[in-house]
Amino acid sequence: MKKCVEMTVHSIQQVAFNTFEMTLKNTYIAQVAMPGQFLHLMAEGHTLRRPLSIADIDRRQETITILFKQIGQGTKQLADCREGMKLDAIGPAGYGFSYDKSMKTALLIGGGVGIPPLYFLGKELRRHGVHVKAVLGFQSEKHVFYEEKFQGMGETYVMTNDGSYGNRGFVTDGVDLSGTFVQYFSCGPIPMLQAITNKLKDHPGSISLEARLGCGVGACFACAIPANLEGGYRKICTDGPVFAAGEVVL
Amino acid sequence: MTNLAVDLPGLTLKNPVMPASGCFGFGREYSEFYDLNQLGAVIMKAATGDARDGNQIPRVAETASGMLNAIGLQNPGVEKIIANEVPFLSGYDVPVVANVAGSTVGEYVAVASTFNKVKSVKALELNISCPNVKDGGIQFGTNPDMAAGITEKVKEASNLPVYVKLSPNVSDIVAMAKAVEQAGADGLSMINTITGMQINLSCGKPLLANQTGGLSGQAIKPIAIRMIYEVKQQVNIPIIGMGGISTAEDVLEFLLAGASAVAVGTANFQNPYVCPEIIKDLPDILQQYGFDSVNDAIGKGHVA
Repeated sequence: MKKCVEMTVHSIQQVAFNTFEMTLKNTYIAQVAMPGQFLHLMAEGHTLRRPLSIADIDRRQETITILFKQIGQGTKQLADCREGMKLDAIGPAGYGFSYDKSMKTALLIGGGVGIPPLYFLGKELRRHGVHVKAVLGFQSEKHVFYEEKFQGMGETYVMTNDGSYGNRGFVTDGVDLSGTFVQYFSCGPIPMLQAITNKLKDHPGSISLEARLGCGVGACFACAIPANLEGGYRKICTDGPVFAAGEVVL
Repeated sequence: MTNLAVDLPGLTLKNPVMPASGCFGFGREYSEFYDLNQLGAVIMKAATGDARDGNQIPRVAETASGMLNAIGLQNPGVEKIIANEVPFLSGYDVPVVANVAGSTVGEYVAVASTFNKVKSVKALELNISCPNVKDGGIQFGTNPDMAAGITEKVKEASNLPVYVKLSPNVSDIVAMAKAVEQAGADGLSMINTITGMQINLSCGKPLLANQTGGLSGQAIKPIAIRMIYEVKQQVNIPIIGMGGISTAEDVLEFLLAGASAVAVGTANFQNPYVCPEIIKDLPDILQQYGFDSVNDAIGKGHVA
């Protein structure tokens, strides 16, 4: 049986402009969640849940870290949560990243709030001895977060659209700086994923999609997108959110 | 002991609560959360003649106390639904209602008659009110003559009771209800979603790829209650009520307005357990307001 779980807010802090890092305590999710999976969190009084990628897990402390940008009322409500408050979540939801543990080098390419799941993935890859490099894209200096954390895992190239921090340009420009790798893993807005998958056509890659979900459990077809090869469709919430590059039409 | 059972054409319900079409797929996903045998019935996602891909994403947007959707009737087509989806639901002791959609009268008739051979499907819900497809759907549901015509044709072709799902996007809901009753409908299902739009401020354009979508959720409950109340006064066939139900109190309100059973849609997205929770709460709520059974409460909200 699937279940809704009650999570307790363990900490919350602002890490960049309108960007919050929240840790939540829950034994079950801390034990089973994999990189790329998400929590479908209820914001009290809102009709739809908020899908938020898991950014980190501390299996000993039994805490789960998520990051989100305060955009509307639902995310404001989450940002206003304080330690000890309870949140209802469906999770861990979706299928996460799959990868070859014997791979030599992986490139992580994240844009904005698409970066968090790549941190969890990077840590797992490192644990298996995979060399990790990262290209992180932000709008500007005030949006930058987790740079040191990624640097702790491997070479990290920070890109800002306006050049106010790191290198000026998009993540596609950052990929040119990053050198060789075996497989890439990317998460961010769809135009960014289109640019990345086009640029890296010759490399195996996995992409994680950001989308508006309805039910989040595969019943409502709000997040169905066309599949590329054998036709048909994929549901982002339950077949994804991670897909092989080229598996779905972006 | 509060009696929750209701008998409707084709549907012997142990309780009046069923998930609404389109919000519950074909049951598999929610069967991972609870035992579907608890449900009064299940209304399947709409079936069309051939497979439909639906609209582009984004297909949903949250609104104040509700949401807009424009899925566009994505489904694998009636034959595949019967082959791959109905057998799963047949494993439960729960009547199945098939939601029938199409672009033409001929498609509606073909889909409806395909369900004749399916034993576990006990009734049809005739979807003449989907606001999210270009052809068919709502155009049949906003014109009384067209609604009557399609109801008549489907009744001729089907050996199952037919519940016509009405659109609230009309100025005279009673005229629509009377037209399909006269055409032979066995029941009504009301209401479908209300057409709406949201503009995304960051791009300055409609948020949904389809531009317009159907508004559902708590925001539309008073509209549903009003329409059911008006129709109940003029029509004799039973009504399955829906529109913003998320609690047992909401169910009682629909019963009082004149619904004989209810469907729960959008609330499933917020709380996957909402249907069994409502069913569990309903006996106490009925008792609290002085009713010994669901049947006792039906239509009791009407002012003489």
